[in-house]
Amino acid sequence: MSESTPALKTANTAGPGMRVRRDGGLGWGLKAMVGLVGLILVAPTAVVIPMSFSGGATFQFPPENWSLRWYESFFTSERWMRSLLTSVQIGLLVAVTTTILGVAAAFGLNRTRFRGRGAIRSLMLAPLIVPSIVVAVAIYGVFLKWHLNGTPIGFVTAHTIMALPFVITVMATSLAGYDRTLDTAAATLGATPLKTFFRITVPLVAPGVMSGFVFAFVMSLDEVVVALFLQTPDIQTLPVQMYNSITLEVDPTIAAASSLMVVVTSFVLLMPQFVRRKRSTS
Amino acid sequence: MAGWFILPATALLLVFFCYPLGNIIWRSFTDPSTGFGNYTKLLHDGVSVTVLTRTLITGLIVAACTLVIAYPYAYAMTRVSPRARNLMTVVVLLPFWTSMMARNFAWYMLEQRGGLIDDAFSAVGIHGVVLLGTVSGVAVAMVQVMLPFMVLPLYSGMDGIDKRLLDAATSLGAPRWRAFARVYLPLSIPAVLSGFTLVFILTLGFYVTPALLGSPQQSLVPQLIATRVSDLLDFGGAGALGSVLLVVTLLALFVVSRFANLSSTTEKAVTNE
Repeated sequence: MSESTPALKTANTAGPGMRVRRDGGLGWGLKAMVGLVGLILVAPTAVVIPMSFSGGATFQFPPENWSLRWYESFFTSERWMRSLLTSVQIGLLVAVTTTILGVAAAFGLNRTRFRGRGAIRSLMLAPLIVPSIVVAVAIYGVFLKWHLNGTPIGFVTAHTIMALPFVITVMATSLAGYDRTLDTAAATLGATPLKTFFRITVPLVAPGVMSGFVFAFVMSLDEVVVALFLQTPDIQTLPVQMYNSITLEVDPTIAAASSLMVVVTSFVLLMPQFVRRKRSTS
Repeated sequence: MAGWFILPATALLLVFFCYPLGNIIWRSFTDPSTGFGNYTKLLHDGVSVTVLTRTLITGLIVAACTLVIAYPYAYAMTRVSPRARNLMTVVVLLPFWTSMMARNFAWYMLEQRGGLIDDAFSAVGIHGVVLLGTVSGVAVAMVQVMLPFMVLPLYSGMDGIDKRLLDAATSLGAPRWRAFARVYLPLSIPAVLSGFTLVFILTLGFYVTPALLGSPQQSLVPQLIATRVSDLLDFGGAGALGSVLLVVTLLALFVVSRFANLSSTTEKAVTNE
């Protein structure tokens, strides 16, 4: 669990008096309801993975026989492999640029007070609120004029814009818990500002930076709407190829692609957690 | 000095976010001719108003359904042990993690003719429940993705309600349901309103889900915007529709900002790994 959720924290440390009525308080109706909601939440993920091992050439679920043919098709198809490579490359570039820009901006917002700070903060979070179809069409409109359609730079800038709010939010949370008296303490003990930065600041904000990087990567890897508009036959991201494989052709290779996406994104998103846990136990 | 760190991100957003948005809004008033032509056309083309109404109604229905199923879930979260609560939080964040295309593909399989949902209903004697290609099918998939956005604000609101108030009400002779309806429910209303508005806003902008699971005959505003641009290159008309969507979003956002802020919910979703 994250350490940054005060609500959960207080609940976790609630006195024994609160615990007396914990599970006993749930009636059968409530338990059934919770089970049903859990089923709805889990269903799509639970369906995708068995589907990828289907032996048939349709989207029939549950599959009648099993095989690895769609994985084979995914890894041997030039088109799928190229879209995967495109997505990973764009994703990594987006993660790098967004992390640099977002971390810097979060620092600036955290360490200074000026007029219009609230407005800048809202601007940074705005891409989250404006419907993605409106962002997509707006960006497509100007990119046509600027000849950025179907170019790596076009994809990277568009995704960076959309990933910035995530990095800034994660970093803002991380910096809010940063005790600045530590900097002063280091300085009074004789550390140079540079030393303080590398020995105090960097280790303290590193987990936030890493989460931000991972979120930006996953966000770009998963983004469809803007990518659909910016695509050209030469440059298509994996989600766009998946979209086309449902709408244009009935290509069950998408099942293998979906499973891989689910596994990879879960793995990547859990990575900062593992690292953090390892560090706290060692 | 640190203030300068804000500049690069701000500049990028101004050039690649604000300018494009301003441009598309500008074009809605100038392309093909200056004036409100694109907006009056929306009223009279016989499609846009229907689609807009359908989108708003779908948003309200999705928000209401999400609320109904999220409420007991969030309530249960406040009553279980910390360990069970952690599990419930992870489960509720699943749609957030699951790749958007994988999730929509999964619903495509579940909702098609002969899919699991159709089969399940056939087994109890109700035939032909094919959700694929209908607004209901779109709504079901939307409810699933929107659950985290409803459960998290509800949970944090409910966690702040003093449970002893319920005990007090029952000890004063109120039956449990009345204690709930008269004490607990009113106290949870701010959380309900913020979750509801948030889900409503986000639902308006869905494009991939209706494009894959819905049908062109029953399209929603985002689909209409996409067709205007990709098939007709009608940036003026798309801009007008987009502006309407944006205004509705901002209005709803203004309402929600009176109860809670969006960023705190995102924060929770993002940091609650």
